[in-house]
Amino acid sequence: MLLRHTPTEIKERSALTVNPAKTCQPIGAMYAALGVHGCLPHSHGSQGCYAYHRSALTRHFKEPVVAATSAFTEGASVFGGQANLVQAIDNIFTVYNPEVIAVHTTCLSETIGDDVPQIVAKAKADGKVPEGKYVFHANTPSYVGSHVTGFANMTKAMVEYFAEANGLKSKTINLIPGYVEPADMAEIRRLATVMGITTIMFPDTAKVLNGPLTGKYKMFPEGGVTINELQKCGSSAGTVALGRIASMPAARALDAKCKVPCQILDLPIGLTATDAFVDTLRQTAGVSVPDAINLERGQLVDTISDWHQYLYGKRVAIVGDPDQVLALTRFLVGLDMRPVHIITGSPSGKKYEKSLRDAVARVPDAVNIRVPGDMLLFHQWLKNNPVDLIIGNTYAKYIAKDEDIPLVRYGFPIYDRMGHSYFSTMGYRGALRLMEKILDAILDRKDRDADDITMELVM
Amino acid sequence: MSAIPILEARKAQIHQKGAEPFDITCGKHSLAGSVSQRACVFCGSRVVLYPIADALHLIHGPIGCAAYTWDIRGALSSGPQLHRLSFSTDLREKDVIFGGEKKLAAALDELIDAYRPKAAFVYSTCIVGIIGDDVAAVCRKLAQDKGIPVLPVHSEGFKGTKKDGYKAACDALFRLVGTGSTEGISPLSINILGEFNIGGEAWMIRKYYEEMGIQVVSIMTGDGRVDDVARSHGASLNVVQCSGALTFMADMMKETYGIPYIRASYFGIDDMAKALYDVAAHFSTQPTVMETTRRIVRREVSAIMPELYRLKGDLSGKRAAIYVGGAFKAFSLIKALRYLGMAVVLVGSQTGSKADYATLQEMCNAGTVILDDANPLELSKYIIEKRADLFIGGVKERPIAFKMGIGFCDHNHERKIPLAGFEGMLHFAREVHASVTSPVWQFAPARKLAGHREEEFRA
Repeated sequence: MLLRHTPTEIKERSALTVNPAKTCQPIGAMYAALGVHGCLPHSHGSQGCYAYHRSALTRHFKEPVVAATSAFTEGASVFGGQANLVQAIDNIFTVYNPEVIAVHTTCLSETIGDDVPQIVAKAKADGKVPEGKYVFHANTPSYVGSHVTGFANMTKAMVEYFAEANGLKSKTINLIPGYVEPADMAEIRRLATVMGITTIMFPDTAKVLNGPLTGKYKMFPEGGVTINELQKCGSSAGTVALGRIASMPAARALDAKCKVPCQILDLPIGLTATDAFVDTLRQTAGVSVPDAINLERGQLVDTISDWHQYLYGKRVAIVGDPDQVLALTRFLVGLDMRPVHIITGSPSGKKYEKSLRDAVARVPDAVNIRVPGDMLLFHQWLKNNPVDLIIGNTYAKYIAKDEDIPLVRYGFPIYDRMGHSYFSTMGYRGALRLMEKILDAILDRKDRDADDITMELVM
Repeated sequence: MSAIPILEARKAQIHQKGAEPFDITCGKHSLAGSVSQRACVFCGSRVVLYPIADALHLIHGPIGCAAYTWDIRGALSSGPQLHRLSFSTDLREKDVIFGGEKKLAAALDELIDAYRPKAAFVYSTCIVGIIGDDVAAVCRKLAQDKGIPVLPVHSEGFKGTKKDGYKAACDALFRLVGTGSTEGISPLSINILGEFNIGGEAWMIRKYYEEMGIQVVSIMTGDGRVDDVARSHGASLNVVQCSGALTFMADMMKETYGIPYIRASYFGIDDMAKALYDVAAHFSTQPTVMETTRRIVRREVSAIMPELYRLKGDLSGKRAAIYVGGAFKAFSLIKALRYLGMAVVLVGSQTGSKADYATLQEMCNAGTVILDDANPLELSKYIIEKRADLFIGGVKERPIAFKMGIGFCDHNHERKIPLAGFEGMLHFAREVHASVTSPVWQFAPARKLAGHREEEFRA
């Protein structure tokens, strides 16, 4: 019992987080920045931060992850990090030659109070930023929000720094996919492409963090939204932003700055959310839904009807990032399952929590919801009221093992299985995959627990 | 590969044997803007103390530092698993403004009551120093209230390098030394320092020494226990592994308790045997010890040699690149690779000293590249130039090797099997063999073009 130290009795804790279901802003900012083509994320703080972020992203994606650091010293923490950042910008363009540097702050540089725009302006004035190259930034204090906030802030910065309205509206639709896997970004774009829509998607980590083995180490892989596209997104016909927590700030900023109207939807996880996404695309772009997509939808509905008998009434515990947790909860309720313990580690606001409560209104069981909560509380809930299935990241496996409950790995980080960066869980096809994983987990358990008499061949 | 430039200021940290008289710069703070593979002070402290399994490890700061170091090292414990949980004060914006002392005190109070640890380590992260929390005072107060040692670890990330983190950890740990009874400790006794029990290595090493008739009083810190550290001053000799981590401890114990120390490495046949013989020689007043040691070494070596020879047949003539944390490990690896007939063409470390690099350059063949604090571009440049077949490194280096289509061996904390000891040498050889001869490389462009590679990459 690895988690033998988890007490069953739940005591309210006033001052600490045990086994977090979140991490800090900068890693989200780094992940978003990797979705810009030719971009080197830069961590304005101590050397450890970016080493940890790079290691964590590498463990999750099994890909090289590059970033640079201001490598704060004691001197910098007293006198400010200006000299470090100016020198860093100079060194980065000289040696690594990216198209763009995306600077994010850390708890250290925020507490000291470094003014990054002013420092970048100085670097420009000193001629450290070559012609045609860019530096942009987001403030990502680690003591506010979570990694999802960092992602949202960096995505918003892409709009603030680059989007321009040229007066002519194009037919292009902007897609803001949210803090999702490279495979999800590809699937979100594919759906729009199949509908005949031209899109600009940002950020876009497809082919950056799930690239091929080429025999070469490429610091800046193929893939990622280009600066040119980011500039043009201010003239698009509309924006479809997926996930309120991760994508709304950028969508709203683009509306405010360039008058590009935005629709903010749930992540397209499951039938209903994908319907909403497809329908919004259809209306915004003024296209019709092609048969190919109707086929995918029909197959999903067919599958749900085939397997409902094994899903209905099953009790599920979900832990993860806020946009995923909400969309997933709605999907499961739609499958007639019962999400009964729900935690996101990220502070996401009262409105978010209300959406979550509304989503489970139909569930007949008592439902525990905590925003923000941690994995210790999650485990304690499970000990007191067991479930049939856990959905969560790799860290949930200890709980699953100790309590002997099947686990579907979902979210960030996943350190111990493959697939998440290659197979999407978004859209109709993604919903099929998610159902496959859920059914595998539930039915494997059913087979394992069946005795000789009740063992079924056909399910 | 002249297409990849080397930063002017980095040139002094790179040496190619034979090309110029030996001189290398090291121990420098990383250049701002480098994509260094190094980490921070906190990381160094966390690495050293983490394996103490019956202590509480509370990380005082925003959530990230706790989240990124949650159970990522395979430092095994035979008993309590408390070290594998993640405890954080999860500082928020208002704590940064008003100070985090109250929250820290409350967290310690709740945690110590809930988990009843033998001691508590409180790690300061970057902003703790900046916001002016008196962590030491809070620790003193809680130690008094709870009756266990509560030890502050001064590990603010920016206050130096990873090595300074080792020092901070040793300072905290040293406060436990001398607080326990030395009753029942044999004159033939040692402490094993700088061994973290990754993959159970400390257990193997301990077994050898015990078979020699030597009592192992404590292991710092692999499978560590607070009580063992407390009585470690009763041992007659300290055996210190690793270039940096626990040397500070050995120095302090020598000064305060007059305990001499010797250095050891447990990787590879030569060094492992030497580690045993040196201890036997120290206890030469007991001639049976040396006799037993000879018998153990003979037995262990003859047990692994047949298979080593077989593996060597496939590996002879292959080339290896090494990039590790401490240079001491590199010495052992170079020797171990010789047993497999492999030549080292690149060797570097994150924290090596000038003397370390001088030793490395003596050990290597002409043409070998020696690097201090390298970045991925430099590593990939020399790996291609020197036509390495194998890369030995850590988590961030693995995907770089694979992208280039060459084998990889994790010799860092993510290894799953023991590579130390005689048996470990065989594991190491098998792992190297499996990776270098993997059938996947026939599909890697670099291997397909063997012989034309340089031209290919020059293009």
